[in-house]
Order: sequence, then C-alpha cells, then structure tokens
Amino acid sequence: MAAAAHRRSTGLAVLSTGFVIFWVIIASFPFLWTLWGSFKVQADFFSRADWTNALTGARTIVETGGPFTLNGYGGAWIQEEFWRAALNTFIVVFSVVVISLTLGTLGGYALARSGFRYAFWILMLALVFRAMPHITLVSGYLLPFFEWNIWGYLPTSIIVLVAINQPFTLWMLHSFFLNIPKDLDESAMVDGCTRFQAFRHVIIPVMWPGVITTGLFSFLLAYNDFAVTAVLLSQENQTMVPKIASFLGSTFEEGNVMFAVAAVISATAPLFVLILFFQRQIVSGLTAGAVKG
Amino acid sequence: MPHKTFFWFMLPSALAMFLFIFLPIISVVVQSLYIEHEQVLIETENCGPFGCVPVVAVDTEATQALRDAEPLGRFNGLGTYTDRNHLAFAEIGAAWTGTESWGEFLGQVYNLPFYKALSFTLTFTFVVTPLVIVLGLFIALGVNSLPRLLKGPTIFVSLLPMIVTPLVGSLILFWMIDSEGILGATLQRVFDDNALSLKASPTLTWIMLLVYGVWSSAPFAFIVFYAGLQTVPEDTMEAATIDGASRWQRVRYVVIPYMAPLVVFITLIQLMDNFRVFEPIVGFSAQASATSLSWIIFNDLRGQDVQLFGSAAATSVLTILGVAVLLCPVLIRTWRDFNRKRV
Repeated sequence: MAAAAHRRSTGLAVLSTGFVIFWVIIASFPFLWTLWGSFKVQADFFSRADWTNALTGARTIVETGGPFTLNGYGGAWIQEEFWRAALNTFIVVFSVVVISLTLGTLGGYALARSGFRYAFWILMLALVFRAMPHITLVSGYLLPFFEWNIWGYLPTSIIVLVAINQPFTLWMLHSFFLNIPKDLDESAMVDGCTRFQAFRHVIIPVMWPGVITTGLFSFLLAYNDFAVTAVLLSQENQTMVPKIASFLGSTFEEGNVMFAVAAVISATAPLFVLILFFQRQIVSGLTAGAVKG
Repeated sequence: MPHKTFFWFMLPSALAMFLFIFLPIISVVVQSLYIEHEQVLIETENCGPFGCVPVVAVDTEATQALRDAEPLGRFNGLGTYTDRNHLAFAEIGAAWTGTESWGEFLGQVYNLPFYKALSFTLTFTFVVTPLVIVLGLFIALGVNSLPRLLKGPTIFVSLLPMIVTPLVGSLILFWMIDSEGILGATLQRVFDDNALSLKASPTLTWIMLLVYGVWSSAPFAFIVFYAGLQTVPEDTMEAATIDGASRWQRVRYVVIPYMAPLVVFITLIQLMDNFRVFEPIVGFSAQASATSLSWIIFNDLRGQDVQLFGSAAATSVLTILGVAVLLCPVLIRTWRDFNRKRV
C-alpha cells in the first residue's frame, strides 16, 4: 500500500518536473533563439532552406567571413541612430521613476494614515483610473497638445507617464505604508514633530524597500510603454519601443529586418539585468497586493 | 490625519491624476461629439475654346483656415457613435432584416469594424484570463515541489515573458512563427504544406495572439500563486495527509480554497490588462485578421493622413464604458467589504 502510494507520487513528481521543464523551455527558448540569431545575417535567421543554418551560420560565413556578425547591431545603433532612442528612453524612464515615486510616497503615506472615508474613495477611483486603456487617454490628449504646441517633446510624455503611473504607485505604496507601524510616526509627533517632519525624519529612512519595489514597477511601465510614446513623441524624440515599431515599417522591405532583431535584443538586455538583480523585489511586489488581500 | 495635512500630502498626486487622467476622459467625451470639417469647395468656371464648364475644386486655404479656427471640428452630436465605423445601427438594422439565418447575420455584423474589434477584444479577454489562471497554478505547483536550489533560476526564467516589453515579446514570437522562421518552417514541413502561413489565416492568427497572451501573462499568475503556496499552513496539509487525502485531493480541497482570494485578484488584474490588448496586434502585424478596440483608436490617431479625432474619441468612450461594465462587479464587492469592515 505504502509502496503503491510512493510509486504514484514518483510518477507525479516526474510529471510535474517534466511540466516545469516544458514551461522553462517555452519561457526562455524564444529569447535564446533570437539572441543567437541576432548575430547572424537575415538569410540564416530566416532560413527557408534549413533551420540549422541559423545555428551554424552557413550564410553568415559566406556573406561576412565569420560565423558571427555585428552587422545588425551596427546597422541599428549607428546607421539608424538607435542610440538616440536609447538615450531618450533613459531620460524618460529616469524622470518618470523619480517623479512618480516622489508624488506617490507623499500620497500613499497620506492614504495609509488617513482613517476617513474619502481615502477609501480615492483608492477606488485610482483603481478605476488604472483600468483605463492608455490609448483612450492618449486620444484625449492629442488634440489639446497639438493646440498648445506641446506635442512631440519628451517632458510632455514624461508627465503623462507619471500621471498614468500614479494609480498603481499609490496603491502599492499605500499598502507598504500600512505595514509600517503607526506608532512610529505618532510617537515622533508626540515628541513635537509636525506631520511632515515625522514623515521626513522617521518614515523616509524606513520606507526604502517598498519604494525600491514600487520604483521597479514604475520603471517597467515607462520602459515598456508603446501607446503613449508612439503617439505623443515626434520622430526625432522617439524612445526605443516606438523606434523598433518604426523599423518594421521602414526596414522590412529593405532586407534589414536584422536591424530590428538587434534592436529588440538591445532593448531586452536592460530588463534581463533588472531581473537578475531585483528578482526578489519583483516577486514581492507582484504579490504585495494579492497576499494582503 | 487632519483633513488639511491630508490635502497637502495628496495634492501633487491628485493633481497629476486629475489633469492627465480625469480631464482626458472629459476631453474624449467632448471630442466624440464633434467631427472633422468637410473640405471647403469652391465652384469656378473653367473657360476654354469650347465654352465654359463649371468646375468644383477644394479650396485648400479656406479649409485650412476653418480647421485652424475650430480645431475641434463641427458639432455632430451622437452622429459619430451611430455611423458605420462605430455602433452602426443602420447597418445592423439592414443586416437584421436582410439576412435569413443567425450565421449570416453575425457574419455581416462581424464585418463592421467596431464589432470586429469588439469580438476579438472580448474573446482575448475571456479566453486568456482563465487559461492564465490554470496554467499559472500548475506552474506554481510544479515549481513548489522542485529542489530548493532550482527554484531561483526557474523563477528567473519564468519572469522573462512577463517583464519583457509587450511589443518586443510579440515580435520575438512573430519572427519565430514567420514562414521562414524556425517554428513556421517546421510547421510547414510537418504538415507538408508550403502555403501554410500563420499570417494568411485568420484562425491561426487569433490562436497565435491568444497563445502570446497566455505566454506573457502566465508568469504573473504563477508568481502570485507561488507566493500564496508558501502561506498554506503546514498543519492543515499534514492533517489532510493523515486523514488519507491523496495528493490531488489535498490540492483540490486544501490548496485551491486557500487560493480563492488570489484568483479574484488575478482575474481582476487580467481582465483590466487583457481588455486593452494592443501591442501584440502591432507586433504580429495582425490587423488584417484581428483588431482590438485599442488598436482601432490607435489606427484613427496614426493610420491615415488625416487624424480622425472624433472617431477615435467615440471608440474611446465606448471602450471606457466597456471597462466600467467589467469593473462593476469588483467595485460592488469592494464596496460591500468596506461597509462590512466599518460596521
């Protein structure tokens, strides 16, 4: 009896391990494949004749003399000026994270410490705002921005992304501040601090884990955005993601699809590093809202 | 916290949301009531050797002047909502009276742009969300029984499809299933059909988009469930084992009830996110066979030479109404919970 139960559980263990291995392959293979292929020429990466060409780089050797080539990267970064888009992305993402965390910590702290009913309503309203598809908001901005001549510039997109980020940031920081004991800042106020001084000297030093986690998600939202940056930025101010989309329109026909492949890998690399260093924070951030209800 | 302090702490954030989320919603509603100016036509007489012919031409200058003077366009009331590109009441009425069977009727309705986008958006939302929850739960159960050493790397790899930019993720898959990419070419060989192309077939495109949706969202459900599994109390599991529950029974009667609140949370987030499906359609260049509400708004804003603000705004308003309907059950539930807590 015990042996039978044991045998069934080994069978199950094999099945579940097999399933996990299957998932790991599905999750990682596309990235590995594209990373490998980005160092080949188009005839290899999109090889009609024989898929092993992409592994061995048969055409790449014929066309460039070596099994690996940086042509795709060179074409994207230098010829198509992808570096400009990367720089713009850096500016946008950095500003969005800093500004939305500043606004979010103030608001989130207030929401966590206010016992009044309107705090609940503000959170509910934020939830509704979070559900708004970004493109519907963009369609609201576009005409006024044209009229006021502020369309196309980086600061406009930054402030829009900050606002779109706010509902999420507020929710997340609110739940982090709820975990910081009330007594901490209240005892500081008993000692004669004003509310802001208590926030400044007592709360700020202990809030960093929550702020870092929230910052990661602000970063992801700004970095991954396509709807806002594609419509609100002019050609020369484009960030990486709309730039990649414009590669598809302009370079697919010219046989330079490898530029786009290289650009895609370049845009993924920072995210890869981000998970490498902040895996724990990302996991805890994803679950922060859920496990606490 | 006194009202005054709360106000000052909240002000910057509330101002940002008011200006860039609330006002745009108002702006969308207003814009949706207007429509672009028609071109100003002038009639001139073109006189030649065989007499004079009246010619109608577009007065570009006057058109431009009119557009500059009233950028909103002319007032159109609810006209934009009922035209062919949106709710298309007239066309639906015609299809209702003109067709014999349900299939024929639905076929005609599906050819209207708004309903085509709506049907894909709803399919995507309601197919991907449950699949993500089921797949996420199974991955979480699998990873939870792995040796400790392997858990970290597995979670790292699992995060990739979710973290990566949606447009980039869909492009990576798109290149693989391209008829010259590794999966597309393999499929052609397996089925021995050189014409088999995921791009050419609407059904395959839909399936591909749904697969992408599950692939990119499953990690989120996985992580949430995985964290939830760590909090399932050991004693309950042990008690169930002693009572003779099999492994599956333990999952069914102990773990799953414990996960119920997490399912609600994931469903809420997934419904909101899947309803705005947009980037994969751009990434897969799928607009010929599948469009979404977000995509038709984008197309109105970016697609043509003239930007159709009124049309985009009307679709936006309809989308916002859709979101409101989706959120209603959640909001009512939260409202009840909140009231119960207060009592």
